[in-house]
Amino acid sequence: MSTLAPLEKNAGLVHAVETTLLAAPDREIEVLGRVPAGASRAEAVAHLRRAATEVRRRAVQTVGAAGAGHIGGEFSITDALVTLYLSVMNISPAQVEERDPERDRIVLSKGHAANALYTTLAVGGYIAPEALRTFLQPTSMLNGHPARTKIHAVEASTGPLGHGLPIAVGMALAARLDGSDRRTFVLLGDGELQEGSNWEAFMTAGHQRLDRLVALVDRNRLQQGARVADTNDLEPLADKLRAFGWEVVEVDGNDVGALLDAYAGVPAASGKPTFVLAHTDKGFPVSYMRDDVAWHHKVPSAEQVAQALTELDAVLASIDTEEEVTS
Amino acid sequence: MTSTVPAAEAAPAERTLFDCRDSWAATIAEVARADERVVVVVNDSVGSSKLGGFQKEFPQRTINVGIAEQDMVGIGAGLANGGKVPFVSAAGCFLTARAMEQIKADVVYSQYNVKLIGQSPGVAYGDLGPTHHSIEDFSWLRTLPGITIVAPSDPDETAQVVRWAAEHDGPVYVRVSRMGVPAVHAEDYTFVPGRAVTLREGDDVTLVATGTTVVRALDAADLLAADGVAARVLAMPTIKPLDDDAVIAAARETRGIVTIEEAMVTGLGGAVAQVVVENHPAPVRSLGFRDEFAVTGSAEWLLDHHGMSPSGIATTAQTLLG
Ligand SMILES: Cc1ncc(C[n+]2csc(CCOP(=O)(O)OP(=O)(O)O)c2C)c(N)n1
Ligand SMILES: [Mg+2]
Repeated sequence: MSTLAPLEKNAGLVHAVETTLLAAPDREIEVLGRVPAGASRAEAVAHLRRAATEVRRRAVQTVGAAGAGHIGGEFSITDALVTLYLSVMNISPAQVEERDPERDRIVLSKGHAANALYTTLAVGGYIAPEALRTFLQPTSMLNGHPARTKIHAVEASTGPLGHGLPIAVGMALAARLDGSDRRTFVLLGDGELQEGSNWEAFMTAGHQRLDRLVALVDRNRLQQGARVADTNDLEPLADKLRAFGWEVVEVDGNDVGALLDAYAGVPAASGKPTFVLAHTDKGFPVSYMRDDVAWHHKVPSAEQVAQALTELDAVLASIDTEEEVTS
Repeated sequence: MTSTVPAAEAAPAERTLFDCRDSWAATIAEVARADERVVVVVNDSVGSSKLGGFQKEFPQRTINVGIAEQDMVGIGAGLANGGKVPFVSAAGCFLTARAMEQIKADVVYSQYNVKLIGQSPGVAYGDLGPTHHSIEDFSWLRTLPGITIVAPSDPDETAQVVRWAAEHDGPVYVRVSRMGVPAVHAEDYTFVPGRAVTLREGDDVTLVATGTTVVRALDAADLLAADGVAARVLAMPTIKPLDDDAVIAAARETRGIVTIEEAMVTGLGGAVAQVVVENHPAPVRSLGFRDEFAVTGSAEWLLDHHGMSPSGIATTAQTLLG
């Protein structure tokens, strides 16, 4: 480990960090930024898929180097994060830095997926890629759960499950009081929905008809130690949400195109808040991780990191090929 | 600016370190075999509480409510009403912070016989950030009348405390540490609730430690001895009820007291200071966390960083000797 000089300016972090550095990745991530204005749908999908794959390539190396993390739930939520930050939301590093009141809001309620968030922020140009090498290191701004006091782009500190949705309801109420059309997005785990606080907030949002509030649940069917269905089952989840006054949209949550379509329907004509029931796989798309509860917080060995990179590079290659075919 | 982030102070190499969760897991199974009233209640924390074996052996008596701590503690109170002896086991941070009102109203105010087991407490989850630190538990819980709060310092004491808790009728909070600790107590040691243990005699200064900091206090006493200072080392496994007599004797017989805890200083430190001020005013220095959310870092690094390395403790003790 070497020592990191203060990051230049603050690189999106609230304080310059001085800490030790994790091993460098095989190559630095591409800061792809937002989907360019005027991009066709196919171009947008290719951009987002590439960004999601960049995030996964980098995130798996961070976890390997740090010896800790929650890679399974990071891989299942990556597509949702990337789609929101790089396309759907009205947000940019400048808006975040200037605290533009009209920026869309996002809360990663399943805060244990912090590494996926940090890496998405780096791919989106919100924090310096170099900062990722400080993940979990002494005094780093990038601890295992995102902190509002440490990173400009983080709207709410999370980590204890069951907090993000009530906060998002408050954000949506504030927008309504301002007469603003800005939207609020919150990303939840499925196991997380066992927390009663969510159901209090589902009631409030339904009652208030917060049509610009979107709650996405990462329905990977696994929690920390077992399958959700074997622990404390959620089904029939869509029916429950409908009964609570929500518009329910079911999508393949590891398909960026499907996610784009789901968000395009917000606000719903019914005037209800939108619940995106995103069917995903924990560990997606890495073969040895998919749908295996062990990968909630297992740390990949060097060989497993290499195997993941091989599989992810094949995804990148297929995106390139598809682009050549369509252009 | 150049950076100085020192590595954690190295522990003596020959020591074998134990994860007290292993001792908890073995003992709760043993207790459950002997007493069929014993059940465990968890929040998706079978693995982090090391209860995989228990769940296999006692599937009916392992109640996993999922990620729902308030539910979990309330269910514990209901089970106690039915004559069960529930051990509610979850990461200390979520157990106490999330379910504090259930602990206060459902368990302690109602005096239900519920055992609250705070796993991986203190800064065991140091690098996961302050949401996952459980350094407020001592301070919060010691405001509740009628709860017993215990922080064992090694595997044997952990086992004894779990056995005692199963026998004792009343609410108990036990910290089960994950951070590696060596055996600190003698083989013939017997845990007595509410009683301090004098691990080292000395009349110059007193070090009062609990849980994971006991071994650090012993190491500090060695450093002080090399400088000709005789430090008394009191292990204080029970934070509440506190052993007032041992604290008052230390205030009277030595030149000052240093408290050391993997917690906010309003826990053990606050409790000791109050007893000293009210009974025999003497200098007290409290080591622990105070009025700030801790930075990112491993558990060992954070303790060192907050003045609880052996040399940090010794330096603080020296300030009392003037
Ligand atoms: C209040 C609270 N209780 C327990 C935990 C410990 N914990 C962290 S992640 C997790 C499992 C989360 O499962 P899920 O919401 O399905 O997330 P995902 O599968 O997307 O990782 C648990 C129990 C926590 N972070 N917060
Ligand atoms: Mg899940």
